[in-house]
Amino acid sequence: MQATAKDTAELRLGSLEELEKLRGELRAAEDPNHTRIIVCHGTGCIANGSAGVTEALKAALAAAGEDIAVMPGIKTTGCHGFCSRGPLVIIKPKNIFYQQVKPGDAEEIVQKTIKAGEMVESLLYEHPQTGEKIETTEDIPFYAGQQRVVLANIGQIDPTKIDDALRAGAYAGAAKALTNMEPKQVIEAVINSGLRGRGGAGFPTGIKWNLAAKHEGGQKYVLCNADEGDPGAFMDRSVMEGDPHAVVEGMIIGGYAIGADTGYVYVRAEYPLAIKHLEKALRDARAYGLLGENILGSGFNFDIRINRGAGAFVCGEETALMRSVEGKVGEPVPRPPYPSDKGLFGKPSVLNNVETWANVSRILDKGADWFAGLGTEKSKGTKVFALVGKVNNVGLVEVPMGIKLREIVMEIGGGVPGSDHFKAVQTGGPSGGCLPWQDADLPVDFDSLIAAGSMMGSGGMIVMDDRDCMVDVAKYFLGFLEEESCGKCFPCRLGVPRLRETLNRFSKGQGTVEDIDDLYSLAEAIKAGSLCALGGTAPNAVLSTLRYFRDEYETHILEHRCPAGVCKDLITYSIDPEVCTGCRACARACPQNAITGEKKKPHTIDESLCIRCGMCFESCKFGAVQVQ
Amino acid sequence: MLSLTIDGNKVEAEAGWSLLDTARQNGIEIPTLCYHEAVEPFGACRLCVVELRQGNNSRLVASCVYPAEQGLDVYTASEKVNNVRRWILEMLLSECPASSEIREMAAQYGVQTTRFEISDPEQECILCGLCVRACAQVVGANAISTVGRGAQKEIGSPYLTPGDDCVACGTCVTVCPTGAMSARFERVRGVPSVVMARSVKR
Ligand SMILES: Cc1cc2nc3c(=O)[nH]c(=O)nc-3n(C[C@H](O)[C@H](O)[C@H](O)COP(=O)(O)O)c2cc1C
Ligand code: SF4
Ligand code: SF4
Ligand code: SF4
Ligand code: FES
Ligand code: FES
Repeated sequence: MQATAKDTAELRLGSLEELEKLRGELRAAEDPNHTRIIVCHGTGCIANGSAGVTEALKAALAAAGEDIAVMPGIKTTGCHGFCSRGPLVIIKPKNIFYQQVKPGDAEEIVQKTIKAGEMVESLLYEHPQTGEKIETTEDIPFYAGQQRVVLANIGQIDPTKIDDALRAGAYAGAAKALTNMEPKQVIEAVINSGLRGRGGAGFPTGIKWNLAAKHEGGQKYVLCNADEGDPGAFMDRSVMEGDPHAVVEGMIIGGYAIGADTGYVYVRAEYPLAIKHLEKALRDARAYGLLGENILGSGFNFDIRINRGAGAFVCGEETALMRSVEGKVGEPVPRPPYPSDKGLFGKPSVLNNVETWANVSRILDKGADWFAGLGTEKSKGTKVFALVGKVNNVGLVEVPMGIKLREIVMEIGGGVPGSDHFKAVQTGGPSGGCLPWQDADLPVDFDSLIAAGSMMGSGGMIVMDDRDCMVDVAKYFLGFLEEESCGKCFPCRLGVPRLRETLNRFSKGQGTVEDIDDLYSLAEAIKAGSLCALGGTAPNAVLSTLRYFRDEYETHILEHRCPAGVCKDLITYSIDPEVCTGCRACARACPQNAITGEKKKPHTIDESLCIRCGMCFESCKFGAVQVQ
Repeated sequence: MLSLTIDGNKVEAEAGWSLLDTARQNGIEIPTLCYHEAVEPFGACRLCVVELRQGNNSRLVASCVYPAEQGLDVYTASEKVNNVRRWILEMLLSECPASSEIREMAAQYGVQTTRFEISDPEQECILCGLCVRACAQVVGANAISTVGRGAQKEIGSPYLTPGDDCVACGTCVTVCPTGAMSARFERVRGVPSVVMARSVKR
């Protein structure tokens, strides 16, 4: 839609009634029982070729044209969360779920499913344990255990079409707030909902707003933190790509509540599709008068700008983010003053995470009581997690707060490949920690995770099995933080590398048990002494793994062994002559030519040549290669 | 006037004072490295941390930037505080072993040696940023800046490209707590492009 100035004036919605009238018309124009083909166009599925699938489906429909009574529409949507199975094609209204669809499957889908109403068996999802074929989205365990609040519209709407978002209920919450509620009442609703920030620390959102709202009059700002720097995290990206209006709407509500006329979205430049969809959403919202002057005739003016971040992890920290938006060096500054008193450009400001803003839209639409009915006593609502690692169903999941770790990993996640348990689950990204299998029944909420030595963070969840070494995991996260530390304050700049070096020595079998005591003491100094939460939480990776896996540390130091078979200096590869068939696969895989033997006779590894890359281990189909 | 306790003693503070100001006005010593009256406090070295206690809660804050507030219960030399100071100083001993000021300060905290590896025995610069802030805030020349991030951070000319902004006033040398700047001032003065302490060394 290329709106000219004249169109724009015509499109503008002047009141709540006009918005609801438009929504009614849009809904009436679409028959919910009409067959529709949904193709996932999230970043993951596009990378797997979903654009080609869409083209092929269009072509197949056109070719079949005359035969199809009512031409089904094709809709492209944001991520369905199951990228590992993508590209996904869903046929509405039945929600038939086709996975790993290729352009070559389009013809069969149109002929069989659209025309004849039959399943294409080969494209159906297979239950990882029972092998049973599952036809519809709702019956797939990955989706059945989820509760979608933030992600409710993602995968349902075309994120580039505001009309589609309006059909799904977009801007109803903002309209209600602006036309029927005082700013104070909006803040009260958010307080009563019990919403806590989804960006990491879990600070109560309404209380944060109140702190900024109490400065009467004058310039204020709301900001959206879309820096999403945790390795492996893609929750916020999916929300912005798949339902950008939820974020825009939340920010309108926040701006109204605290008295800000300007919002900034700080989004990492590596998210081009999210930025594109956000920009489109902003243009369309302006055209409808949902942004700009006198929104819906309420007298409230508000607009949003997008700020591209250069991708430094530390720029996700609130004070660093604000400096970065101001065009200064993105380094944290001491608090107080708090951003709610002196934030962006020295003005009272509220920063919330993408998912927090999306929740705000839902709360104002459906009510604080509804939201407060979800989750636990102190952690209300749901949380989106990026479930990755040694788990059958890798993907984006949304679950009610308080759900057990076991349910997320073993049920929704479909369990750990080749095992009936996980060794550890890492939550909270680099700031978080590792939880052991003994904690499988831990309720996943803000306070339980902190008590267990980890944290919610922004929603990373990495499942680990017996082949993951806890010393190595801690080393990895410290290495990440060492790279990302801004270097301003001394405990973090000097301390994090020293922690990592100590772990490095452990992974080589060096060090003493006294070194572990020193680690605790240095970790305490870094936590307590650092300027920002990057340093303040950096030791968590070490502390939590020491808490639950101290024996594994001691095995490295005292026995010079890595039980998981990961730390290169502590392992040897060998071939079991009883099992080896002499297929030569390992010998071909070995980059060092360290493996010799005659065809069809047991092979051996020359330890002096072996660099412990594990290629032989991966290549042997018979499990003859052993790690010790 | 605000009233608060420092190390168990009642003290008074004027609104707008930091905890460091308050302590010093009352004759209580708190060590600092990145603080100087002439420039805005920065809160980077964390040597000036003090413990705030409230019921069973306790946390550390940097006294040079934390404002004095009515009723605060402040401890300037608790075990928690000293643990932070000792570790920072021991790590500085390996980072900038050539600085006698750091060695003396460390010795005051009982830190005589460092268990960490020394990568550059001649390094003196602790990267407190005082020279940069003095050059910007006092002189207004902006001839030096920190470049790089994290462990790679160093002091240099902006974007590490030579400029002719240095007016050779020596303010950076005056504020430098370690002598890192003075040892290299001759180089600074002669060359208009200020390539300084730490970057020259590395
Ligand atoms: C090093 C560091 C990185 C952070 N990165 C992010 C981020 O990428 N996204 C985010 O929402 N919050 C991030 N945070 C948390 C923010 O500082 C801030 O608490 C949050 O955006 C507030 O929003 P909320 O109250 O809605 O959670 C980070 C914090 C630190 C210390
Ligand atoms: S804790 Fe680390 S990232 Fe934060 S200000 Fe200090 S050096 Fe920078
Ligand atoms: S791949 Fe396995 S069976 Fe084949 S030679 Fe190597 S160890 Fe033996
Ligand atoms: S040269 Fe001196 S003043 Fe400048 S950062 Fe280094 S130690 Fe601080
Ligand atoms: S992008 Fe399609 S399921 Fe994630
Ligand atoms: S003197 Fe306060 S942090 Fe350096």
